[in-house]
Parts: sequence; structure tokens; C-alpha cells
Amino acid sequence: MSHGLLLSFEITILVLAIFLGFEVISKVPTLLHTPLMSGTNAIHGIVIVGAMLVAGADHKDTLTTIIGLVAVVLASANVVGGFVVTDRMLEMFKKRERKEPDS
Amino acid sequence: MSRETTNLLYLITIVTFVLALRFLSNPATARRGNQIGAVGMLIAIVVTFLQDSVMSYWEIGVGMAIGGTFGAVAARKVRMTAMPQMVALFNGVGGGAAALIALAEFHNIAPDPGTLQKDISASLVLSAIIGSISFAGSMVAFAKLQELIGGRPIVYPLQQATNGVLFAAVVAAGVAIVAGTERQWLMWALVCGSLLFGVLFVLPIGGADMPVVISLLNAFTGLAAAATGFELENNVLIVSGMLVGASGTLLTILMGRAMNRSIANVLFGAFGQLAPSAAGAAGAVGTTDGQVRSASAEDVAVMLAYAHKVVFVPGYGMAVAQAQHDVRALADLLEARGVDVSYAIHPVAGRMPGHMNVLLAEANVPYPQLKEMEEANGEFGRTDVALVIGANDVVNPDARNNQGSPIYGMPILNVDQSQQVVVLKRSMNPGFAGIENPLFLNPKTVMLFGDAKQSIEKLAASVKAV
Repeated sequence: MSHGLLLSFEITILVLAIFLGFEVISKVPTLLHTPLMSGTNAIHGIVIVGAMLVAGADHKDTLTTIIGLVAVVLASANVVGGFVVTDRMLEMFKKRERKEPDS
Repeated sequence: MSRETTNLLYLITIVTFVLALRFLSNPATARRGNQIGAVGMLIAIVVTFLQDSVMSYWEIGVGMAIGGTFGAVAARKVRMTAMPQMVALFNGVGGGAAALIALAEFHNIAPDPGTLQKDISASLVLSAIIGSISFAGSMVAFAKLQELIGGRPIVYPLQQATNGVLFAAVVAAGVAIVAGTERQWLMWALVCGSLLFGVLFVLPIGGADMPVVISLLNAFTGLAAAATGFELENNVLIVSGMLVGASGTLLTILMGRAMNRSIANVLFGAFGQLAPSAAGAAGAVGTTDGQVRSASAEDVAVMLAYAHKVVFVPGYGMAVAQAQHDVRALADLLEARGVDVSYAIHPVAGRMPGHMNVLLAEANVPYPQLKEMEEANGEFGRTDVALVIGANDVVNPDARNNQGSPIYGMPILNVDQSQQVVVLKRSMNPGFAGIENPLFLNPKTVMLFGDAKQSIEKLAASVKAV
């Protein structure tokens, strides 16, 4: 596939993703806005894929690899932290009461 | 594995992310959605490892272990009241990763200037700029929320001119790179300039505007990830990044609307500056209108115990005092006496979108009791006592009545429509924005001074004794 053609496809899915995003997110109630933020936070941790590709490629110089690896560290913190924090939050949202733990 | 196969496998990840967001529309399914998203992320990581171009497994594995451990420990240890800064932190590292990827890619290519396609170099520049701003801005937001630096707006002369010139310089560097000046130092300068801009841009924004800032920075990191997708020609990055970008943008707009302020006004208005003159004017009116009446915990407890319907209105003060568990305990006591208890939540109460909901959920408040602004406002007319716990601007009737007030036009919770209002407050110091609140002078209102947690504890003890 030529570069120009690929670019046109990329722009197409980008624009479709914008509409999909607005559509899906407008259905999230304000009750869950914090988990939404933190959940989308986890999702943009997908840059870890980019970080792996850059860090893992066979490079001419080591600086590129080092910067790439730092990116891997940051992105992994983003991914793991994002999903764990969101899970902790969502675990707390309950419809009915349960036994009061400590307070 | 061929690129075609990889791309198709990445599609699974994309679908799981969309499902994760879809499941967030209902609290009952939200947790499962998040877990599906996590599985999708895992698939993407495994697929990436299997790509032919990815070599240094060991190094990447160690990097992941370091970052992942830090993320997991921080996410497990953090208290629910510290959640806004945790969200800011994870957002920042994501943006930082996007900026570093751009730097590394550029460093790899730069020895052969002229080999870059224009759209690739444009994506590199965009993800470097947006990612750096998001990283630096999030770190400042983190520092403000963690109270490492003051939450009040930091302002100095020619602030906006300085920021404007700096941003113009960053854009100029970006344009030069895309135009063909593919110099290493120019990219480093661009990243440093963007980092500095990110710091200067968030510094003047006050604590109460944090919900807008955090949503915006979230959108930025999403956009940076999408730009990274263009530079690496990777579909999962483009779609996921843009989903986050759309989400963050929508939240930012919603938060702005909940404050009746344009996003530009929040970002460049430095709210604190407006306050003194307005506070003076409102104060002058206030003194003629009435006076503050303070009550004892025993008086308020009797009021609550014999009410039919009580609405709690939590604000940032509840988060600061970490009083959510005590609030819940008080609500339990009242419910045991047959009082109808609910919670009215303003969209911008606290320091991030939905902040109060998370805190109350932590205290095991069943979510059907948490009422959004519109629903709550329909109920104040039938409410005997509205108990305002550390909220201020979001219940200020000036937003409705006083055209001279800086918050005029902001939708508020109409607590003054209930029979009686009790305001829990540390002292008569005006709130963050320095705006007088005529609600405190309303004849229906009594004040209960003190730390929110202690006041609620006292109330609970007194309700038991009634």
C-alpha cells in the first residue's frame, strides 16, 4: 500500500473514532465520571505498544533505545496503575448496602 | 508475524476498549468493562512482543516490571481522597511516554535528514508537543492537589504574554522541523519549550478549576497517543488515543458548562484575580442583609432527627476532612429513625469530575441515593433540612441572583429552597474563590463551625442521644 493511501485510511479511522468516542461516552452517567477519567487514562496507556516498538527495534545508537526504554517504564506505570485504580473505584459502587466494615 | 495479522489482532484490543467504555454507562457492569479493557491491553502487549521488529525482550521486560510495579503499588496504596492527584499522575506519565517515543523516533531518523515523510514528521512534532505539555501540566496539577505547592492561582505580570510567546516559539520550532530542518537540537528545544509551557500553563489555574484541567490534560494525552499512532502507522494507537481524546474533550466541555464558564476563561482567567472587587461588593450588600447565626451540634441534631427528608450536599471540604465515612454513619442513624436521606452532587464539587461520587461510594453509600444536580434541585422544595458539608460556591445563590457576582450564571444546587439549611464550615473565611456567600446570611441558615469530620461525629453522637 502506498504511503498516501495508508495515510488516507488512517485519517478515516481517526475521524470515525472521534464520533464513536463521543457517542459511547455521552452515555456515561455523571455518577461514573471519575472512573471514566481513570478508565480512559488506562486506555491511553496503549502508548506502551509504541514504546515497545521503539525500544525493541534494532537501533544504530543506544540513546534511542534508552529513551525508548524510559518510555516503556512510564507507559507500564500508566497501564497498570490506570486499570488497578479504576478497578478499585468501580468495586465500591454498590446498589444495596452491605455490612458496614469500619468507619 | 505479518503486519496484516498484527493489525487484525490489534482490532480485538480496539473492540475491548470500546466495550469497556460502553459498559461504563451502568454502574452494575462498569467493573466488568474495565476488566475487559485490561484483557484487551494485555493482548496488545503480547501481540507487540511477537512482532519481528521487536528485539530486546529482556530490556523491555525489565522496564515493564519497574513501571508496572510502581503503578500497581501506587494504585493500591493511594487513599480514595487522594484520587485526583493519582489520576493526574498516571495521565502525566502516559503523556511523557508519548513525548519520549517521538524523541526516540526522531533521534533514530535524524542522522539522515530529508528521509522523513511530511505527515510522519508532523505527527512526531505533535506528539512531542502535546505529550510534553500533558506530562508537565499533569505534574503541576499533581503537585497542587498533593499540596506540594499552593492550590491558589499563581500569577505574575505579563503571564499570558509570556505563555503566548513561548507557545509561538514551540510551534515555530515544530513548523521548522516539518519544513525540513530535521536537527536534533531543534527537537530537544521543542520538547523543553513544551515542558516549560505545560508548567506555566497550569500554574495560574486554581484548585476549584481542577476538574476542567484534569479532563483537558486527559484529552491531551489521548491526542498525543493518537499522534504516536500516525508516526508508527499503528491502528490501535490511533483509535484508542482518539477515543480518549474524545472522552476528555467531552468531559472538559461538560465541566465548563457546569461552571457556566468557557474553557478559555478557566484556562486563562486566573479565577482568583477576579475575586477581590466582587467580594467587596457582595460583602457590602451582605452586611445589610442579615447576620450569621451559628448553632450547636445538639440543636442541629434535633433538627435532623425530627425531619422527614434530609439532603446532604458534600463539597471539597468533606474530602479534605475525609469525613465521608462519618457522613455515611450519620445517614445510617437518621435512616434508622425513618428519615429519608439522599445526597445532592454538583458536577464540579471537588477536584475532578465525579469526585464526590467516588468518595461516597468508598463509604458504602448505595449509588441510587446519589442525586445529580437536576434531580436534586427538583427535591429541595420538599426537603426539611439541607446539610451542606464543606461546599461553598456550588450552593451560592449569588450565581442565580447577583449579576455582579463572578460566578453569576453558574448552575447551582438550590439548597435555599429547603425549609432549613445547615452549613458545616471551618470558619467564616470565604471559599476558594474569595466570594461572599449570601446563603450564610439567609435567615433559614444556621452555621455549624468546625472541622467537617468532627462536626459530623458530634452530630451523630447527638442524634443518638435524641
